[in-house]
Amino acid sequence: MHIPDGFLSTPVWAAMNLAAAPSVAYLARRAQREIEESRIPALGVMGAFVFAAQMINFPVGLGTSGHLLGSALLAVTLGPAAASIVMTAILVVQALVFQDGGVLALGANVFNMAVAGVAAAYLPYRLWSSGKLRNPAIFLGAFLSVLAGAVLAVAELLLSGVRMGQTVLGVSFGLFLVTAVLEGVITVAVIRSLEAMRPNWVRAPDSSGRLVLGALAGAAILLAVVGVLVASADPDGLERLAGGAGIAARARNLFTTPLAGYELRGFGAEWLGKAAAGLAGLVAIAATTLALGKLIARRRGA
Amino acid sequence: MHHVVIDRWSRGASPIHAREPRTKLVALAVFLISVATTPGVSPLAGAGYLGVLIAGIALSRLPLGGVLARAAVVLPFSAAFAALNWLAGDPGRAVALVAKSYLSAAAVLLVVATTPLEQFARAMESLGTPRLIALVVQFLYRYLFVVSEQAQHMRVAAACRAPRVPGAGGGLRFRAAAGAVGVLFARSYARAEGIHRAMLARGFEGRFPAVALARPRLPDFLFLLLAAALSLAVRIGVGSA
Amino acid sequence: MSLEPVIDARGLRYRYDDGTLALDGIDFRLDPGETVALLGPNGSGKTTFVLMLNGLLAGEGEISVCGMRLERRSQTAVRRKIGMVFQDSDEQLFMPTVLEDVAFGLLNQGAGRERAIEAALGALEQVGMRDAGRKAPYHLSAGEKRRVALAGVLVMSPEILILDEPTTYLDPPGQRELIHLLKGLPQAKILVTHDSSFASALAQRAVFFVKGRLVGEGPVDEIVRRFSWDGRSG
Repeated sequence: MHIPDGFLSTPVWAAMNLAAAPSVAYLARRAQREIEESRIPALGVMGAFVFAAQMINFPVGLGTSGHLLGSALLAVTLGPAAASIVMTAILVVQALVFQDGGVLALGANVFNMAVAGVAAAYLPYRLWSSGKLRNPAIFLGAFLSVLAGAVLAVAELLLSGVRMGQTVLGVSFGLFLVTAVLEGVITVAVIRSLEAMRPNWVRAPDSSGRLVLGALAGAAILLAVVGVLVASADPDGLERLAGGAGIAARARNLFTTPLAGYELRGFGAEWLGKAAAGLAGLVAIAATTLALGKLIARRRGA
Repeated sequence: MHHVVIDRWSRGASPIHAREPRTKLVALAVFLISVATTPGVSPLAGAGYLGVLIAGIALSRLPLGGVLARAAVVLPFSAAFAALNWLAGDPGRAVALVAKSYLSAAAVLLVVATTPLEQFARAMESLGTPRLIALVVQFLYRYLFVVSEQAQHMRVAAACRAPRVPGAGGGLRFRAAAGAVGVLFARSYARAEGIHRAMLARGFEGRFPAVALARPRLPDFLFLLLAAALSLAVRIGVGSA
Repeated sequence: MSLEPVIDARGLRYRYDDGTLALDGIDFRLDPGETVALLGPNGSGKTTFVLMLNGLLAGEGEISVCGMRLERRSQTAVRRKIGMVFQDSDEQLFMPTVLEDVAFGLLNQGAGRERAIEAALGALEQVGMRDAGRKAPYHLSAGEKRRVALAGVLVMSPEILILDEPTTYLDPPGQRELIHLLKGLPQAKILVTHDSSFASALAQRAVFFVKGRLVGEGPVDEIVRRFSWDGRSG
C-alpha cells in the first residue's frame, strides 16, 4: 500500500524518513559492492520490468484479477540488497511521476516495502532455498513481504490517528491476506516459467552463515511470539496503536468493499493491533537478524 | 499514457522549467512540509495553498485543467479514508486527508512536470540521495517507456487469445499471464545485456561520467524565496486557524 | 595510405554456453575505405562475428584491428578504432537525453565536458539531428534513433564502422537518407544486413554466412544472385 502525503502525522513521517535513510544508504553501499557499475542500467531495466509486469492481469476467478508486486521476484533474482535498491527506485518513480505514494511519505513507503518487504521476502528463501522446500519458501517470502508492508502501513496510519474501525481493519487484513496469497502464487508461477527458460536466472543465495542465520531467525520468531504474549497481558503499551481503531459502530453499516458482507466476528481491534505490532516487530527483527547474520558470516569468511 | 505526457511537459520551456532543479526540490519540500504540518486545513488555508499552486502552474505554461485533473488520481484513495474518518466522528481529519493529499500530489506533479526526471534525480543525489539510487531511477525511467509499451502489447495479445467464456480457462490464463511476465523478464534481461555491450563498445571504463549540475543563480534563489515565503505565509498566516 | 587491412581475422570460432558452434572457422579481411556487406540467414553467425571483432565476445582465433592484435590489454584501444551501431537502438541510446548519449563515448575517454558537448553537437549536425539534443530517446522515431546512434559512434572518430541491421524499422525514405549519409563517410565499413538493395548501394563486396561458415565472397550482385538473396529471383 502506497501511503499518500497528508495521511501520516509529522512525527510518524519524519521518524520513518529517519529510519529509511540509513537503511537505504546501507543497502546502497552493499549493493554497490556486490554489483559492478556497468550493471547499473540492468537494475534500472529490471525495475522497469517490474513496473510493466504490474500491468499484467492474473485472473483469479469471479471476474477479478491480481497483480504482481514484485519484491520477492526481485529478491530471488537479484539478491536482497539490489532488490531493495530497485524497489526503492520503483517507489521513487511511482511517487514522483505517478503520484502513487507521497514524497514526504517516501521514507515510510520505502521502509515498508523496499526494506522490510524485501527482507521478509528473502528470509525464507535464504533459509530453505534448496530441494523440496524451495517453492514453499518462495511462496512464504512473497506472502510475508506483502503482509509485512501492509501491517507496517496500517500501524503507521493508526499511529498517525487515522481512524480505522474494527470492521475496516478486519476487512483490510482480510484483503491483505488475499493479496499476500496471490503474490505468493504469482511469484512462484513466474519463477517456474523463468526457470523453464533459463535456470541460472534464479540466484542461489550465498549459503554462508546459514546455521547462524537460522538460529537468529528462530530466535526472532520466538521473541516476537513472546512479545505478543507479554503485550497481551499489558495492553497499555499498545493502546495508542489500537486506540484509533476503537470507534467503528456507525462505519460498519455503511462501508462497502469488494468483499461486502464479509465480517470478522469477534475480531477485536485490540487483537489486530497487537498482531500488527507483533508482526511489525518480527519484520524489524528479521531485517536486523539478516543484517547481523551477514555481518557474522562475512567476519567468518574474511 | 500518463508518464509520456508528464515527460513531454517536463521538457518544455517556461520560467519554472528554467529554474535550477535543486531550488525547485527545496521549494517543493517547503511547500509539502507546510501543507503536512497545517492542522486541519481550513478552507482559507486550502485556498491559499491552491492559489500558490495555480500561480506556479500558470507560470509554467502547463495546461491548468490538465495538471489539476492529473493530480486528482490520489482522490479515490483519500476519499475512501476520508469517508471512514467522517463516519468515525472526525470530520476535520476527513477534510484534511483529502485536501492535504491532493495539494501535495499537485505540488509534486507541478515540479516533476517542469523538470526532466534525470535532472530531478541528480538534484536528489546532490542533496544526499545515494548515487546508486539516483542512477537506477534514471535508467528505470529511461526504459519504463519501452518496457511498458511491450507489456501493453502483451496484454492486448493475451486478451485477443483469451477464451471468451468467463470462468473457463482461468487456470490457463493464469499460467499464460505467468508466461507473459516470464517473457517480459527474458526480454528485459536481454535488453540489459545489450545495453551492457553497447556501453562497453563505447569505451565504458567502469564509472559513469559525473554530470555537473548548474549552479543556482539569482533568479533561482529569488524563486525559492518567493515559493517558500508564500507557502509559509499560508501556513503561518492562515493555516493555524 | 598503407595496404595493411584494417581488420584481419583468422580462424574465428565461437561456442554458445550449451555447446553449439556459432562460428566455425571464419577468415575475414577488411581493407581501408572499403565497405563489405555480411549477408546470410538469421542465426548464421553474422552478429556473433561482429561482436567478436571488438572483443565483446571472446572466442578462438586471431583478430587484428589497425595492426593491433586484439587481446585483453588492447581491448580499449581496439574499441576506439571501431564504431559499432547495434541493431536495437534502444539498447544503444541508454542515456536520458540525445546530447548526453552522443557525448558519452568522449566523456568515457576523459574528454572535458565542454569539448565533449561541442563534438557531440558536431556529430549530431553530421547526421542531420542538430536540434535533437535535449530530446529524450523515447520521443524519436526509429530512423532518428538510428541516426543518433550513428552520431554517438562518429563522435569518437573511429576508423571502422560496423552497422548491424541498420535498416530495420526504417521506411524507404529513411533508408535512402541512411545510404546517403553512409556514402559520405570515409571509414571502412561492415554492414550486416538482410537488405540486398541496401548492400548493393553501399558495398563493393559481400560475404555470405551459413551456419557459422563463410560460403561465398564476391561482388554484392553476384552473391545475391548465387544465393537467391533478394525477394525477386526464384
